[in-house]
Amino acid sequence: MTRDDVLKELRERFGPDTIDVFDKSPKRVYIEIRPDALVKMGTYIFRNLGARFHIATAVDTRDHLEILYHFIIEDINLLISLRVKLDRDHPAIDTLANSFPAANWIEREMGELLGIEFRGHPDPRRLVLPEQWPERVYPLRRDYTEWDKEAIRDRGV
Amino acid sequence: MAKTILPIGPYHPLQEEPEFFTLTLDGETVVDVDVRLGYNHRGIEKLSERKTFDQSTFLVERICGICSTSHPFAFCQAVEDVIPLEVPLRAKYIRTIIAEGERIHSHLLWLGLAGHFLGYNTVYMWAWKLREEILDAMEILSGNRNNYAMFKPGGVRRDIKPEDIPAVLKKVDSIVPTLEMLKNAVIDDPVLHARLKGVGILSRQKSIDYSALGPTSRASGVARDVRKDSPYGAYDQMEWTMIVTQNGDVFDKAVVRILETFESVNIMKYCLEHLPPGEIDAHITSLPPGEGIGHIEAPRGETFHYVLSDGTNRPARHKVRAPSFMNIPTFKATVVGQELSDATIILASVDPCYCCTERVAVRDTKGEKLFNGKELLRLSWAKTERIKKELGVP
Repeated sequence: MTRDDVLKELRERFGPDTIDVFDKSPKRVYIEIRPDALVKMGTYIFRNLGARFHIATAVDTRDHLEILYHFIIEDINLLISLRVKLDRDHPAIDTLANSFPAANWIEREMGELLGIEFRGHPDPRRLVLPEQWPERVYPLRRDYTEWDKEAIRDRGV
Repeated sequence: MAKTILPIGPYHPLQEEPEFFTLTLDGETVVDVDVRLGYNHRGIEKLSERKTFDQSTFLVERICGICSTSHPFAFCQAVEDVIPLEVPLRAKYIRTIIAEGERIHSHLLWLGLAGHFLGYNTVYMWAWKLREEILDAMEILSGNRNNYAMFKPGGVRRDIKPEDIPAVLKKVDSIVPTLEMLKNAVIDDPVLHARLKGVGILSRQKSIDYSALGPTSRASGVARDVRKDSPYGAYDQMEWTMIVTQNGDVFDKAVVRILETFESVNIMKYCLEHLPPGEIDAHITSLPPGEGIGHIEAPRGETFHYVLSDGTNRPARHKVRAPSFMNIPTFKATVVGQELSDATIILASVDPCYCCTERVAVRDTKGEKLFNGKELLRLSWAKTERIKKELGVP
């Protein structure tokens, strides 16, 4: 299977779910998709195209919370990044962790650091933040202002 | 002269971050494992957003003390991917030399620790003595035994002087005979066979499901190595073999690491002998808005960096994914169902860190019974002694 075959197959199979394709370089392609198509498309790339799941990266763009799910098909050295844009007030998306366990930890991390809800996650506990960390405070959001060391110390964190 | 006593611990200074494992037991068998992270979460991703790209290179170098070069390597590649830009060939060779030197000393460090966990303290001493030679070589090349500060977006910061190369080659060559001896000692030892074969198996399918990386995946028959799959640096310039074994147990993980060390020696030597002339820096002056991804094969597996640039001199978002983040969850597949006395070496087999085992808590399915790291270590040693006695090995 070549690079063109893969992109053609994704276009045929998930054309209506695709919003934008950015063919950056021979090794990189960014595909923006509708959030409700993530699980079927991510699972297809992982299981049927034999890709490895790198990781997901979430960013607060001020308009949206944006997640990039990075997959690599090693045989053809193609890194596919699926981009989803979530509503900043109620960011929620279905979990990929039930499709493959590699997505489990990073979804927990994005949940606590950016406040994204992963619907149906098997283990939605905190991963890196301490128990004492207050609810609904998300350190990687742009509007996070709690750099005040004294306030953090006084909370016992 | 008055003595000063320096207390060390519970954070062991030799290794990386602490993690906390809770093993649940039924009798002697492990039935569940839970991992708690975050004791040392340093907020580096957030911090990086407040630093310039040049400063972040030094910041990410401090993520890990053992594979200190893999993070700047991946980060610089991510920054170069934003443009995109190819660095000069000489810089690629120098980067490869530093990365392979790091792989050699990291694998030796693991081998020593694995020996220690099994009660083979001779292996521990030999491996760490050998590691010193490589650290000396790295000091000649970079001025530092660790945290080499050689990388910058666009190239390397420091050239390798031609007059230094013979001394470095001599150091690198000098480890090969002892490494050969260590290899045979491990691969032919009947006690190690009895102790490690069939223990903590990560099946091929589980390895794929968890997207395990590096030696952890290659020991399970998954031929996965960024140096081959997505060549960077100078890895496409010479012949070398990706070491893949099939069984997925602790023994195979050890074998992969030992054999890989020989490959790394060869790659490093080739690069030193064939270092091409030319520039070492592409002199990046500004960065356009855009996204970049850099991934490289660190000693423990792929290190992944994502950079979002908004056209300023600071990253708008910087995501770091270290290989252990993908490898540690595989414990759910490897430790469950195993004996407690094997847990120490299984948890060590993905090469996470010493502190992990220092901070283990064990309880049985009903309640309290707690072991700490030291007692676990003793259990592991006792099993080796038992096997030695059974096999009649002194």
